[in-house]
Amino acid sequence: MPSEAVDTDPVSPHPSEFSTREYAAGFVTEVESETFPPGLDEAVVAAISQRKNEPSWLLDWRLEAYRGWTEMTEPRWAHVNFPRIDFQEISYFSAPKGDRPKSLEEVDPALLETFEKLGIPLHERAFLAGVEEEPASAVAVDAVFDSVSITTTFQETLREHGVIFCPFSEAVEEHPELVRKYLGTVVPRRDNFYAALNSAAFSDGSFVFVPKGVQCPMELSTVFRINARNTGQFERTLIVAEEGASVSYLEGCTAPMRDENQLHAAVVELIALDDAKIKYSTVQNWYPGDAEGNGGIYNFVTKRGACRGRNSKISWTQVETGSAITWKYPSVVLLGDNSVGEFYTVAMTNNRQQADTVTKMTHIGRNTRSTIVSKGISAGQSSNAYRGLVRMDRRAAGARNYTQCDSLLIGSESAAHTFPYIESRRPDAQVEHEATTSRISDDQMFLCRQRGIDPEKAMSMIVNGFCREVFRELPLEFAVEAGKLLEVNLEGAVG
Amino acid sequence: MSLLEIRGLRVNAGGQPILKGLDLSVDLGEVHAIMGPNGSGKSTLANVLAGREDFEVTAGDMVYRGESILDSEPEERARKGIFMAFQFPVEIPGLTNMELLKTAVDALRESRGQQKISAADFLKRARSAAESLGLDPQFLRRGVNEGFSGGERKRNEILQLAVIEPTLAVLDETDSGLDIDSVQLVAKCVDAFQS
Repeated sequence: MPSEAVDTDPVSPHPSEFSTREYAAGFVTEVESETFPPGLDEAVVAAISQRKNEPSWLLDWRLEAYRGWTEMTEPRWAHVNFPRIDFQEISYFSAPKGDRPKSLEEVDPALLETFEKLGIPLHERAFLAGVEEEPASAVAVDAVFDSVSITTTFQETLREHGVIFCPFSEAVEEHPELVRKYLGTVVPRRDNFYAALNSAAFSDGSFVFVPKGVQCPMELSTVFRINARNTGQFERTLIVAEEGASVSYLEGCTAPMRDENQLHAAVVELIALDDAKIKYSTVQNWYPGDAEGNGGIYNFVTKRGACRGRNSKISWTQVETGSAITWKYPSVVLLGDNSVGEFYTVAMTNNRQQADTVTKMTHIGRNTRSTIVSKGISAGQSSNAYRGLVRMDRRAAGARNYTQCDSLLIGSESAAHTFPYIESRRPDAQVEHEATTSRISDDQMFLCRQRGIDPEKAMSMIVNGFCREVFRELPLEFAVEAGKLLEVNLEGAVG
Repeated sequence: MSLLEIRGLRVNAGGQPILKGLDLSVDLGEVHAIMGPNGSGKSTLANVLAGREDFEVTAGDMVYRGESILDSEPEERARKGIFMAFQFPVEIPGLTNMELLKTAVDALRESRGQQKISAADFLKRARSAAESLGLDPQFLRRGVNEGFSGGERKRNEILQLAVIEPTLAVLDETDSGLDIDSVQLVAKCVDAFQS
């Protein structure tokens, strides 16, 4: 049974006290939720596992991660500042009351409305953000609300092609052998502090499996929504593309405006076998906090892909405009010979936002290639750090990397930092690093204004131009969305 | 009433007086050529008319269609119909000519209470303007002046003029850096604009 909304106006606007900047996704949905009391221990881990009807091997796996986590200390090396997090103050599970709806008709209308309001229709109809209606633009969506998945669209259509796209919890129930085979093989349980925390307490995320030789017929997308107060979101996503398979996946993230910080500690694992291709795009628009730096999401995630097969390819594209702090390095381990890793990023910070991000490319196979294109934009009093590691293993004969790192500064109080690391154990490996730092020039602004364009619009056009190389890697609908997000996020940056 | 009336205009740049009491009256349909040696203030005049902030007007007035424009922002002047073709057009990497022009045309139309131009109409207008300047329509998809030769940049200014259709155009040394054929094309375009 779907739960009942406690309010007749289920999607209420948030009080305007934070209205210094427009964050359209900042509303709160009033639903009756089951939320665990704050705190994490073995009993809580067991309770999460039980709530999801997990098999005992997975509970053991979680507990092992939990024990590892208790022995680890928080990393502090990133170029970000934040007060110590009290992990016993966070609630590790929150879900709308009732069982998981079996069909769209059973979904609480308040939840449907929430996603509708975010521009994500959960009905199986063409997903339109662009110009004309054509069925080719259909996108399958998995909608995750706090700790659980609400619904997943187009599952039938995908199943006909042999593609599995479902919430992680469902995959554990229906495809345990696949989950067990791949879970934790790219990001081990004790990989790092936050990955261990996630492995112990992960709630929901998406599972994608594209079998041998199958080209996934549509874009897959997961939409993450944090709603509950004082709750962390610990998403777990696993994408496997077998030999010759290909898939394009996109995640989007939003949260209400709240004046306390909330933790989002996800783990994403990608596995590409021989000749497989995975394209993973992120449009991250978590609540960034207000202009004074109150509230906002701490986005501390571990994302890693393994190009296990020959000629495999993993391509990450991320547009990071939200979060109080973004701290992540979606990476590729290039194991298979001739495999390719790509990383395209736009990270925009404004006001008091902080970012320390980019990627790690680990070349192990022969003739492996990687490309990193990073566009960092800092406005207000924000700090934006590029951190990238390119590692050439001694086995990586003929490996090549090209890195381009461009920073754009807006105003006089923002900061851009670049921390490139190159470790090469191959004398024949080629590693190129190009970096630029620039400002929007008065001449550029004047040209646009002389043509009749508002300064705000002019700046957003110039910034969008700066990001073009990355935006063109996104599926069209999302490129449009990303451009608009930048525009909103730039608000107040002119002057 | 003149289209533009400049009276006793004095302008400083970096504390130095550049224009020392300029008077000029321009009527609709007229062409004026302003000549003078390097450093005599021709570009300063163009920039001050367009509203560039680096210059300080210390005396005098600029009256356009009966209203002083001294306190107007550059975009407001543009919306009133004042256009400037830059002597050294700047690059805006990644922003296409098409986007700049479409946004400009829409901003101008909006200020006049008109609806946005349809994509098809706009494309027609922009393509025909490009052709009359001997520019490949592909030119519209390139980043604004990105990697353009000097001559291409100048022609791009005239392309913008032709698409935007202003009332008063100030061309700051548009002919310099153009080869003979390009000067012909540009001149034809400017003539067409004038009529």
